[in-house]
Amino acid sequence: MRLTFPHMGNMYIPLKAMLQYLGADVVLPPPTTKKTLTLGVKHASEFACMPLKLNLGNFIEAHERGADTVVMAGGCGPCRFGYYAQIEHAILREIGCDMELIVLEPPEKHISEFIAKVRKIAGTRSWWQVIQAIRFGYQKARAVDLVEIASFKARPRELVPGATDRAYDRALALIDGAASPDELKYIVEEALQIMAGVAQEHSRPVLRIALIGEIYTLLDPFSNHSLERRLGLLGVEVDRSIYLSEWVNDHLFMGLIKGMRSKKEACAAAAPYLRHFVGGHGQETVGSAVNYARAGYDGLIQVFPFTCMPEIVAKSILPGVSDDLDIPVLMLIMDEQSGEAGLMTRLEAFVDLLARRKETGEVVNR
Amino acid sequence: MKGYLGIDVGSVSTNLVFLNEGGIIKEAIYLRTQGQPIITVQKGLKELAGRLPSGTQVRGVGTTGSGRHLAGIIVGADAVKNEITAHAVASLVLVPGVQTILEIGGQDSKIIILRNGIVTDFAMNTVCAAGTGSFLDQQASRLNIPIERFGEIALEAESPVRIAGRCAVFAESDMIHKQQMGCSLPDILAGLCEALVRNYLNNVGKGKELLSPVVFQGGVAANVGMIKAFEKELGLPVQVPAYFDVMGAVGVALLAREAVVKNGMSYFKGLSVAESKFKTGSFECSGCPNMCEVVEVAEDDMVLARWGDRCGKWCNQVNKEEKVS
Repeated sequence: MRLTFPHMGNMYIPLKAMLQYLGADVVLPPPTTKKTLTLGVKHASEFACMPLKLNLGNFIEAHERGADTVVMAGGCGPCRFGYYAQIEHAILREIGCDMELIVLEPPEKHISEFIAKVRKIAGTRSWWQVIQAIRFGYQKARAVDLVEIASFKARPRELVPGATDRAYDRALALIDGAASPDELKYIVEEALQIMAGVAQEHSRPVLRIALIGEIYTLLDPFSNHSLERRLGLLGVEVDRSIYLSEWVNDHLFMGLIKGMRSKKEACAAAAPYLRHFVGGHGQETVGSAVNYARAGYDGLIQVFPFTCMPEIVAKSILPGVSDDLDIPVLMLIMDEQSGEAGLMTRLEAFVDLLARRKETGEVVNR
Repeated sequence: MKGYLGIDVGSVSTNLVFLNEGGIIKEAIYLRTQGQPIITVQKGLKELAGRLPSGTQVRGVGTTGSGRHLAGIIVGADAVKNEITAHAVASLVLVPGVQTILEIGGQDSKIIILRNGIVTDFAMNTVCAAGTGSFLDQQASRLNIPIERFGEIALEAESPVRIAGRCAVFAESDMIHKQQMGCSLPDILAGLCEALVRNYLNNVGKGKELLSPVVFQGGVAANVGMIKAFEKELGLPVQVPAYFDVMGAVGVALLAREAVVKNGMSYFKGLSVAESKFKTGSFECSGCPNMCEVVEVAEDDMVLARWGDRCGKWCNQVNKEEKVS
């Protein structure tokens, strides 16, 4: 059994670590590129959202490298993503890439449901080892997130252009290479030191923008045209409403690890506007918008794939949040047609808008 | 005379303006880009050098429009700004207190909402170019009327016909249908203007509060038919500034003035860049399957800039030292 899974930003690092810890033979799809997208667009239905197309492209490319089993996330909400594993499996069969399918679904009631699925992959390994593998995966996810957060802070303040990008790539490669939980402990320190080593001008004034929206387009730089990097280079410190480790804690561990930002806070903050689960991260998007506005962020950017239903619900609510809490919101919808020039013009104009607002705001406050 | 230069390199036109130190427009040049931004900018600079009195000192230069990065590299710009910011800055100076800017250019349309002198919201057309200059141009030539007379003829309409304006292709078939039914030309043109205005307001203006004063600018603002259609639909007076077609250039010249004051110097290479030899080329990077098309701009064999790569491998190489302070 040669396992593969779709890409979603840096998710491959923890997921690969977890599967390999269990002794699985992992075939990593090549990094998502235009070729991946072209393959996905060719075989997927035109009105499916971009994540489906990219997943499909990843699977086809992994199949070329010898993968025979797909590990895919599922879901049971109103978002159609819950059905993507089956759809993708059917499409793969039709085009002659016959692969086995294992769907990992967020447990509805208890973590044991998830562990049972992992059992399928783990074979005869002991429960203890399964739990250790999940822990190892989680620790890598956390490490990757910490490095990413450090890059968000460093990029707008870097003194040598490109220094953050280089440090970030090195740090990720180190974490990816850590073979055991013991080794990882030391490597996390080293990776964070590399990030801290980026020469920065700490007094440089920066804007703070929070990215909110749909998980895939938030976490995957290919699908959002490296939004965080572009904003960083425009002098903006970004934060994101979703990080992989937080998602794992919320959805797989059912909030087992305390002291982390959780979806509960976001949903509570959304209450004046949206008191119901609408699928995907729609409710969290609204709640995060409220929380970021209260935390004094200068602006919000909502990112989601074209035709994403939960985010469309959130989109129609956000203008109200924007008015009430006086925070500008920009919406960016991603699909295979998105042009780079249009995106840059919007980002630049939005950053200018926020900068002018901040300047005049400061004058008034004085 | 001393002053500031603004260059707006758009899809259809390239505009240059020269402002004196007080921000008064002294010269304005409107050229067709015709797919050759570098040559057009050089042509514009040459023409400008001829028009300005000898001894004129250019204290700073700014570029905007879709060709802003390229033009910025060529002339050595102090400010390289997107069109939205540039248009807003120009309107604020020329029409104090403006709260709504309608801007329709060759291939894009935008709306900018301002309150108390700052931009609070904006939108650009995303998937549809119906209603922009190019479509009007095309329809005028199909009907064999000069684009300059489009608006006047539309004003003669007695009862504008209703034309489906959601899509340029369907708008055209609907116009042909109305013309075959025997509707008069002015009625059809006025109907088209109204359809385009409806499309614009539904597309980019959706959900926004449009308050007076409203300013209409960009090339399409030359069309009186469109102005009247906007006034009818909005129920508000619509102002068209005298330099409506070069507003982007005016705005970025003002921004260049700000930048020069802040930096204490200008990067402008002088009007003589009109004579320099620039070479542009592109190559496909083979580093990964993204196969990004990397564009390179060189002046006398020295690479000035590269862009187009997703990963930063090429563009980071050129400006490695630039940001070091």
